[in-house]
Amino acid sequence: MTASFGPLAHRRLFLKGAGLVALIGLGNAVLHATPVFAATNDNKYPEDAFKQKNAGEAIKALYGRDHEASDKIKLDAPEIAENGGVVPIAVTTSLPNVTSISFIVSENPFALAASYHIPEGTVPAVANRLKMAKTSSVIALVESGGKLYSATKEVKVTVGGCGG
Amino acid sequence: MAASIRVRAVLNGEVAEVQTLIQHPMDTGLVKDAKGEVIPAHYIQQLTFTHKERTVFLADWGTAVSKDPYVKFAFKGAAKGDELKVSWVDNKGATDSLTATIQ
Repeated sequence: MTASFGPLAHRRLFLKGAGLVALIGLGNAVLHATPVFAATNDNKYPEDAFKQKNAGEAIKALYGRDHEASDKIKLDAPEIAENGGVVPIAVTTSLPNVTSISFIVSENPFALAASYHIPEGTVPAVANRLKMAKTSSVIALVESGGKLYSATKEVKVTVGGCGG
Repeated sequence: MAASIRVRAVLNGEVAEVQTLIQHPMDTGLVKDAKGEVIPAHYIQQLTFTHKERTVFLADWGTAVSKDPYVKFAFKGAAKGDELKVSWVDNKGATDSLTATIQ
């Protein structure tokens, strides 16, 4: 565990720094012409976040901040998934300035399933197919205007998706 | 071996709708084979879509993305006939890419 402390701390520091740059960037478009979404413009694969076992730790590792529920996020997932190996899950949102969308399956061995960077000009909506080990809540996270919002839905799984 | 990627990018009004299907085992590293040996993790970590030198969509994936992944998104600013480059890299360093034409 100690081995992952270094890069994790470094990443958080980087995110803080990037957020600051974004704030400054808003008032100084000439110096920071492109990275309006600086916090998610870091295209490095978030290895640490994907290694976290529970939802809270994964969200902390990925975003480093709390999320609040929003009714402006529409999370489409089946009530009951007969095959946990392939669960179609989609999210759309009317929130403005979306920079990323992520999916968490709380009860999976590793909570974070997928995270999508949404650059300016890309519609804040994603559809994908995820594995679910068992019945779990699915959390869609939407990063909008530097804040983190979420929508949660419980999906019942009749046959687990981990091949067991 | 661009054969692993299938992309359908269609202009609908001002947005290009992109659907992608990739052939990949997406092994979690948690499943055992018939002999009881663990099948090592093998999964796509990043999937990138580039339009005119600009990244229009970037996916970071973990092992919980289904086998033969499917993803759908849409972006603005494309025209019919534009090229859209799709590329992925997995945890073993394997990659594949494909350039699709927006229809």
